[in-house]
Amino acid sequence: MELLVAIMVGVLVAASVHLMLARNVLRFLFGLVLISNAANLTIFVAGRLTPESPPLIPYDADVPVADVANALPQALVLTAIVIGFGLFAFALTLVYRTYQNLGTLNSDEMRLAEPEDDTHVAAENKTYIAREAGQ
Amino acid sequence: MSWILAAPIIIPFATAVLAFLFRHGPEGRWISVLGSAALLVSAAILMTNVLAGGVVAAQMGQWPAPFGITLVADLLSAVMVVITGITGLAVAIYALADVDERKEQLGYHALYQVLLAGVCGAFLTGDLFNLYVWFEVMLISSFGLLVMGGNRQQLDGGIKYVTLNLVSTILFLSGIGLLYGMTGTLNMADLHSAVQNVENPGLLVVVAVMFMIAFGVKAAVFPLFFWLPASYHTPAISVSAIFAGLLTKVGVYALFRMFTLVFTTDVAYTHTILLWVAGFTMVTGVLGAAAMNDFRRILSFHIVSQIGYMILGLALFTPLALVGAVFYLVHHIIVKANLFLVAGVARRIAGSTELSQIGGLYKTAPLLALLFLIPAFSLAGFPPLSGFWAKYVLVKAALEDGGYVIAGVALVVGLLTIYSMTKIWGNAFWKPHPAGVHPTLSSIAPKDLAALILPIAALATLTCIIGLFPEPFIQFATASADQLLNPEAYIQAVLGADAPGLALAEVTP
Repeated sequence: MELLVAIMVGVLVAASVHLMLARNVLRFLFGLVLISNAANLTIFVAGRLTPESPPLIPYDADVPVADVANALPQALVLTAIVIGFGLFAFALTLVYRTYQNLGTLNSDEMRLAEPEDDTHVAAENKTYIAREAGQ
Repeated sequence: MSWILAAPIIIPFATAVLAFLFRHGPEGRWISVLGSAALLVSAAILMTNVLAGGVVAAQMGQWPAPFGITLVADLLSAVMVVITGITGLAVAIYALADVDERKEQLGYHALYQVLLAGVCGAFLTGDLFNLYVWFEVMLISSFGLLVMGGNRQQLDGGIKYVTLNLVSTILFLSGIGLLYGMTGTLNMADLHSAVQNVENPGLLVVVAVMFMIAFGVKAAVFPLFFWLPASYHTPAISVSAIFAGLLTKVGVYALFRMFTLVFTTDVAYTHTILLWVAGFTMVTGVLGAAAMNDFRRILSFHIVSQIGYMILGLALFTPLALVGAVFYLVHHIIVKANLFLVAGVARRIAGSTELSQIGGLYKTAPLLALLFLIPAFSLAGFPPLSGFWAKYVLVKAALEDGGYVIAGVALVVGLLTIYSMTKIWGNAFWKPHPAGVHPTLSSIAPKDLAALILPIAALATLTCIIGLFPEPFIQFATASADQLLNPEAYIQAVLGADAPGLALAEVTP
């Protein structure tokens, strides 16, 4: 069982690395989703897989009577899923806004913050003095 | 006891809620200033407690360690929280005049306070998964601050910042999973003894390297720093300043914590990697800065270069080297945040941060020139200022350890730092303004001017104090480094006096 999950993690990571090496930022994001799921599965399998023994304590007992599944990795994975979901939602919005503003998803063409020719930045920065003087 | 540790996290969160509710009026920004001041007070209380009684620890929700979430403060954590309070307050005051109303209505102050909460949480937690959560809190608020306003350069820098940092959190998370699988615990103090009993030490080193890469991205070390110079010069000045001061240093702190407390089983291997990383980080950072012609972009590359010095202290792993590294960490946060604040004032009165577009500041704004000179020469390591002592201790530690090459590298990088600082000085301050403008501080409204100059002057004074009276700070750094190398007190505070790992708690440097 552990072996199967481990192989699955491997496949997910391989696929996500392939996606993340693309120049298209959207493909990168899809790779990120896959690799974050691979990380979650890693935590899950690191807590050892114990099928058919849910971590439940009988009503009249203080401790579980038999061996039960480790509940901690599940709690960790749950937290990580929620956080990952929020971050992905943000990243997706950011990519969409970037596409609207820059008109491209190709990361090679995103050179506004670090232009190859620095004089362009200088030209854009000139606007500041007009704005500050106008205040 | 627990409220002392929880206060530096709760106060910024509470302030964030209030600042968000009052974001449409002028109250929001003052709530942010008051909240930051309260954070500084709570940090000072924490510091006095740690100084008086040694390591302070508290179990949240009364779940005993190692099962519950532990908050713990040793000297390093405490001083980092104090510095967070100081920088946080300085930048909150600066933001009174720097952040426009549109950004305030979008919730700038709330995000800023959440950022401070995340940073303090990361410094105070004693649980690895909790550290991950604080990293995320910090990241999501920094994402918001970075792209707030949404001009094209910001979005462009934001893409690189967000994507590379998300990759690092995934690596961090996988590392946590694997470490938990091997040791069965996530409490850092408990991990210290648990890693000694791992059946497969080779695998542990692999996990250690995963953590090194994950924290290395956050700390912006070579070759993982590319997101930093791509993004740090794009947002509002106050955002740049708080990022430059605090965010990368959380990564450095996490490296310090993990590679002194947990991953000390194969120091020869892991810390040798760190030594190479430190050397390359120093050199690439300073060369990048030398190639830039923009005030903020030069400073951004210098963050990278300076991170190398801190990693150097960790990599040498001798008591003196750690003293230097802790001292460097504290000095650097103050100086670097201050330089960005100065860059903001320069842009405001001279019109740009691009060095070819500005000039004449020395003649017409001599006060600003003085306030630039102090942090700039401190960064470069001029003798009476704080940077000199930090570099002196580190180079001495490297020489004592026989690392002549790395000591030479550190000195040459110091020289090149002077080169780029004089480039800023010559272009922005000495050269006449190319457009014939005479930039003066009096062109800013008096109320704004106070909010802009006060934090800069306060941080510059602090730099001078550390520089002129280094002895108490060096002594503090010595005590802190001693705690890092001998974590018995830390483990005892977290796990109780009869902790199982105490017999093993000897770290050989």
